[in-house]
Amino acid sequence: MTGTAEAVTFWILGSLSVLSALGLLFARKAVHAALGVAFTMAILGIFYIGQGAPFLGVVQMFVYSGAVMMLFLFVVMLIGVDSSDSLVETLKGQRWLTLLLSLGLGALLIGMIGRITVTGTPNLNAINASPGNISAMAEVIFGKYVWVFEITSALLITAALGAMVLAHRERMGEKPNQREWARRRFQRGEFVSGLPAPGVYARHNAVDTPALLPDGTPTELSVSRTLQARDQVARPGLFSAAEHDPHQEIEEGSAR
Amino acid sequence: MTVLTALAAAEPYVPRDNPIADFSDTPWWLSLVKALLIFVYLLLSTLLVIWFERRVIGRMQQRPGPNRTGPFGLLQTLADGVKLALKEDLTPKNADKVVFILAPAFFGAMAFVSFGIIPLGPEVSLFGHRTPLQLTDVPVSVLLMLAVAGVGAYGVVLAGWSSGSTYPLLGGLRSSAQIVSYEIAMGLSLVAVFLYSGSMSTSQIVANQRDIWHIIPLVVSFVIYVITMVGETNRLPFDLAEGEGELTGGFHTEYSSLKFAMFFLAEYVNMFTVAALATTVFLGGWQAPPGIAAINDGMFNEGWWGLLWFTIKLWMFMFFFVWLRGALPRTRYDQFMHFGWKFLIPVTIVWVVAIAFLQAANNGFLGDRAVNIFGAERRLASLIVIGVLALLVLAATWIWEGRQVKRAEARAVVVPPEIDPFAGGYPVPPLPGQRLRESAGESQADSSKAVIHG
Repeated sequence: MTGTAEAVTFWILGSLSVLSALGLLFARKAVHAALGVAFTMAILGIFYIGQGAPFLGVVQMFVYSGAVMMLFLFVVMLIGVDSSDSLVETLKGQRWLTLLLSLGLGALLIGMIGRITVTGTPNLNAINASPGNISAMAEVIFGKYVWVFEITSALLITAALGAMVLAHRERMGEKPNQREWARRRFQRGEFVSGLPAPGVYARHNAVDTPALLPDGTPTELSVSRTLQARDQVARPGLFSAAEHDPHQEIEEGSAR
Repeated sequence: MTVLTALAAAEPYVPRDNPIADFSDTPWWLSLVKALLIFVYLLLSTLLVIWFERRVIGRMQQRPGPNRTGPFGLLQTLADGVKLALKEDLTPKNADKVVFILAPAFFGAMAFVSFGIIPLGPEVSLFGHRTPLQLTDVPVSVLLMLAVAGVGAYGVVLAGWSSGSTYPLLGGLRSSAQIVSYEIAMGLSLVAVFLYSGSMSTSQIVANQRDIWHIIPLVVSFVIYVITMVGETNRLPFDLAEGEGELTGGFHTEYSSLKFAMFFLAEYVNMFTVAALATTVFLGGWQAPPGIAAINDGMFNEGWWGLLWFTIKLWMFMFFFVWLRGALPRTRYDQFMHFGWKFLIPVTIVWVVAIAFLQAANNGFLGDRAVNIFGAERRLASLIVIGVLALLVLAATWIWEGRQVKRAEARAVVVPPEIDPFAGGYPVPPLPGQRLRESAGESQADSSKAVIHG
């Protein structure tokens, strides 16, 4: 039967893990949802340790919370997924399939829990004493289920290779290096010393501020094409307006 | 025949999963006391190591370093800490408030967890109980430490993301990429230790080094571990996550006051943790150095003496960290990743396979035949494996050297022939690739001319 310490751990961590699992469903930001998953996985790991399976618990934390969720977080942070993304199913019938599989998982869980209720609570104490948790695990992984594990790993490697092949892009020509660019500029004979740098240095040196030519007109060449396409280029008019009324700017600055 | 059976029986394979440290006489309150002691030990060490680092770096750069606050400037860190705590605590407008506050707390907490599995000494008498000088030990202690380090990376990533600005985000991503990729090499280098000592529990690993420290048989693992531990703690030359020149401080750019202090503290505690693991796994942990261990029937290997040896070994690593910082510039990010993935990981995998074969041979999985060499019985299989490994290493170095020679040849500058500039009767400048012949008299004449012209 469960001891007091185990019951206390279960009720505290169990409710926390349910909360964080709910967080996955209801969090507004994708990063918060990912954090919820990572936390749930870490708590699962603690449960495994509490049940006398330290190896499994630590690997669960190490691999799932530490590595897999970290990669998820990477993607979410870099791409910035948010709720405005389309909810159209890309794979047809995906939802029904998910429902079916979830029901199957539920049935399996009920079956297992039912069996334990009938046969009594199993525990790992005897195996942990001799030959030891890790040795017993090793015997199962490299003995009884060796083929299952080998085939799974082959599957994973195939998946990784497939992803690499899909994401691979063949370059048509050699990527020009610095030397090559310099040579090209000299061949063309224009902008021999490179394009003008952005920034009106007396007031700003941001990349969105175009450089001014000697006659005071801004030059488009000094600002990145991406910023121009996004219409994020600062107009020099802004700065000349500020110049006429410096007090205004000082007040703004102190209010900030 | 009897000798053979005796040898086969001499090393039967015994699983050593479970820790050797005996916690049966440790009540729960004593564990709490030990946790507190570890916390205090780490805090004091951090206070001391920051002063130590600044002094040693100062010496290396031929200046005194902090020497005004307290004797030898020892209280400088304390003063700095108070100053840091009294600074204004800023939270950027774009920050994700909850995560912004949670990240440093989480990072700080995770830094202290790993030290719980490090054996600081043998069994001692504490408040009337015999207890090992170690908070706890599990069959997977070392793995647990790696897992905690991996989970601790969340602190860095989340700090970077929640700051809501570009440099911290880039710093956070860099740092997590760094930690994840260097942890692979680190874990693999430790796998060789697990294979060799037959256990992942720290107390078992220390016990296994009674005769010979692991640094000698597992020197490759040691070197790789030391490299990766620098990468793992974001220290120079691998402090790309902070990279002041590129990222204005990296993931903690937006942090100030106590939250920043948390990161600062955690980084130093992490240094102590990885160094402590290196000490435990490769340098015999709390055991006395070979000469001293033999004095008076192992007197110095008992009781509280262990803490002394452990601390000395720990501080050797601290000095190494500081020395690295004083000696090396920061590596470039792509070189760093290249080094980790294309050099460290393959080398470690090969090393682990080699150790696996050696251990299999020693444990008699590859046959039991023995031969007599120099009066000692050796397993034939072990000798064969060692021979094959030696051959492989020889072949690899031979190929590598051949490549180096070829590369050097390709790089060698072809020295063009010298020409006489006055061959045609009047001086001509050399064509590209040609060199002028210079005689002593002429060059003197040239320099005097130059002086007159100048």
